[in-house]
Amino acid sequence: MQSILLFLYRIRVFLIFVFLETIAIYLIVSNNSQQGAVFFNSSNRLSGSVLSTQNNIIEYFSLSSVNKSLVDKNAELLSELEKYRQTKDGLVFDIDSSLVTGFQFRGAKVINNSINLSQNFITLNKGAKHGVKEGMGVFNEEGVVGRIKGVTENYASVISLLHTELLVSSKIVSNEVFGSTKWDGRNPKFAKLLYVPRHVVVKEGDQVVTSGYNAIFPEGIPIGTVVEVKPGPETNYLDITIELGTDFTKLSYVYLVENNAVEEINLLNEPKEDTDGRQ
Amino acid sequence: MAGNRILLLAVGFVFYLILQVVFLKNVVVFGTAFCFLYVLFILLLPIEIKTIPIMLIAFAMGIGVDIFYDTIGIHTASLVGMAFIRNTWLKTLTPTGGYDENLNPSLLNMGLGWYVSYSLPLILVHHTLFFFIESLGTNLFLPVVQKIIGSVIFVFIMSIIVQLLFYRRRRGI
Repeated sequence: MQSILLFLYRIRVFLIFVFLETIAIYLIVSNNSQQGAVFFNSSNRLSGSVLSTQNNIIEYFSLSSVNKSLVDKNAELLSELEKYRQTKDGLVFDIDSSLVTGFQFRGAKVINNSINLSQNFITLNKGAKHGVKEGMGVFNEEGVVGRIKGVTENYASVISLLHTELLVSSKIVSNEVFGSTKWDGRNPKFAKLLYVPRHVVVKEGDQVVTSGYNAIFPEGIPIGTVVEVKPGPETNYLDITIELGTDFTKLSYVYLVENNAVEEINLLNEPKEDTDGRQ
Repeated sequence: MAGNRILLLAVGFVFYLILQVVFLKNVVVFGTAFCFLYVLFILLLPIEIKTIPIMLIAFAMGIGVDIFYDTIGIHTASLVGMAFIRNTWLKTLTPTGGYDENLNPSLLNMGLGWYVSYSLPLILVHHTLFFFIESLGTNLFLPVVQKIIGSVIFVFIMSIIVQLLFYRRRRGI
């Protein structure tokens, strides 16, 4: 007995090493889920406040580009609005409630962002207090940004589109073919469009937008443009590279979208668990 | 005296952590060379500190950095790994006559040649572990090797600059 204790005492350094590494690996694995507890990351109170203070200072340097993109978006929305303006001799009646789109939008500010790792996360300055929920879609005027992974009271953590495990259900505008956008971990400007069958004709310059099939994003939010089409290594699918519309190096303000019908849709998909978020 | 040194270590710990997460987090040269300067804090801990306290300090430091990087566990695992082999490596490199007491194994105290052979392999171990764990599940090999080499060189150069500017010979931070 004593020799066992003596032995354990002699390898105590190694035992503590194994113990600490086990904790670390446990943290890594438990953090790998797509949604979940977010205590140990940048959206907790302490780190959130440090990051938002830091961002308050840095923000001034990007104000002009932020203003420009907001003005662009405003102009676009104004011209859109012009279409819906009532003419004097028009007639308006309410449409059936099943045709009303159930999307709600909110704004938020990015306070923490990374683009160079292979699993990047973004932190926003809005949390559960402001109505942010897990699974909401995040985008800005240029295109899709990511999906909410978890929320704390004041901050939210977002899985960036630049995360090698995030799939966004998308379609090519010109021929309405569906696929999944996924980042390959190499260059923050480009991503891959997966699961497009070989017989489809895809041209360079084709627009790729969200398909609206995964109940996270409404249909038609831009993702990027096709820059390269190759026959893929797998026999059935094309290897398509798209240039992302979103400039992740200059992320500042983003919009959050919530699908009010998401619970109902998920209920329909119940037997197949996991459908949410993976198209 | 001992209390004084512990206070100094605590200040150094907080200083490196803040430096890393506030100022160096977004410093990435050419998208490949990261600046993980916080490893320097573990490298320069006094020689007579035992491995277990070093691993505990490394664990705390790793968690702190991880929280801000949103890479929970990865910095921790790699930094603890580096801390585990630090003292063994120090013992291997003992100069003739042994180390002086209360010495930081720094560039100014030990000379450039010794410092290169001490720090470069340890930084390499840390960065290899970090980028390897970080890219698990992706089939990227070349970009990861690129990141490792770029970051090791960058951090090594930064560590020399920091020591020349902010450290004095013998002790002190």
